[in-house]
Amino acid sequence: MIWNGFSDFLAMGGYGLYVWGSFGVSALLMALETLLLRRGRAAAIDQVRHEIAASQVGKDWH
Amino acid sequence: MNNKIGHWFYFASPQNFYPLAGRMWPWFAALATALGLAGLWLGMLVAPADFQQGEGYRIIFVHVPASWMSMVIYLAMAFWAVLGLTFNTRLSGMMGRALAPTGAMFAFLSLWTGALWGKPMWGAWWVWDARLTSELILFFLYLGYIALTSAIDDPRRADKAGGILALVGALNVPVIYFSVKWWNTLHQGASVSLTKGSSMAQTMLWAMLLMGLAFWMYSIAVAFYRVRSIILERERHTLWVAQLPEVAQAPATEEKWS
Repeated sequence: MIWNGFSDFLAMGGYGLYVWGSFGVSALLMALETLLLRRGRAAAIDQVRHEIAASQVGKDWH
Repeated sequence: MNNKIGHWFYFASPQNFYPLAGRMWPWFAALATALGLAGLWLGMLVAPADFQQGEGYRIIFVHVPASWMSMVIYLAMAFWAVLGLTFNTRLSGMMGRALAPTGAMFAFLSLWTGALWGKPMWGAWWVWDARLTSELILFFLYLGYIALTSAIDDPRRADKAGGILALVGALNVPVIYFSVKWWNTLHQGASVSLTKGSSMAQTMLWAMLLMGLAFWMYSIAVAFYRVRSIILERERHTLWVAQLPEVAQAPATEEKWS
């Protein structure tokens, strides 16, 4: 192991802010993108269902 | 030969690509996770400190893969643009739009991690250097592509306009890549070169390649997932979408209409 304990790992030899700032924001954006993707798919499926439902209503009236 | 070409055009139809992308993305996501964990382990727990930059150099494990993907994704968009503009395939525009947000994200991350690396090593968050400036232009090209395609209501016309922007903008990618050779830049040259091999220690190089592959797999998984939502939205009036199992399982309140 190259690190003397967890605080040494976090400190990154004095570069902690820069290293973790890079890895942190990258992880955050990828997590956010994954979340938005799931929402986007749910929204797309919802939209399709609503339009199908709406077209069925139209047919009943005729 | 003809059969092979026919095979490719088969998957150029959104109806046929939708289930294929659905089967593929979990594999790419699993690969991205496995490669990412291996890369992080090697890069953060095994690779030694750099003799010049100490522990600060570890930013490379996210900076270089993000920068690579920002360029590769733009080239992929240009590739789909060529297919879309020449063969008029519907899937091409959808793939371009599925790739753009992820490319923009990686271009931003390239600039962000570059700033966080530049500050301790160069003493500046930002310099108007050829490499940095051309990468900033790439970020703006992504934003321009997204803005342009979402500003045009007719999806086919939006695809064409976006395709032309993707093609013209692709000229910027070799400029980014060769900027460190063509101009005197503060940014260092390539650490890995196809012609000269690598100037890095073996463990560092492997960690960087693993992270690069992980980002690559992540991008494919995300693009496949996103293109499925785009296909659903664009093809929502078709019978095949209405018959999809995920669409047919309607919530209880809508049951009476089906």
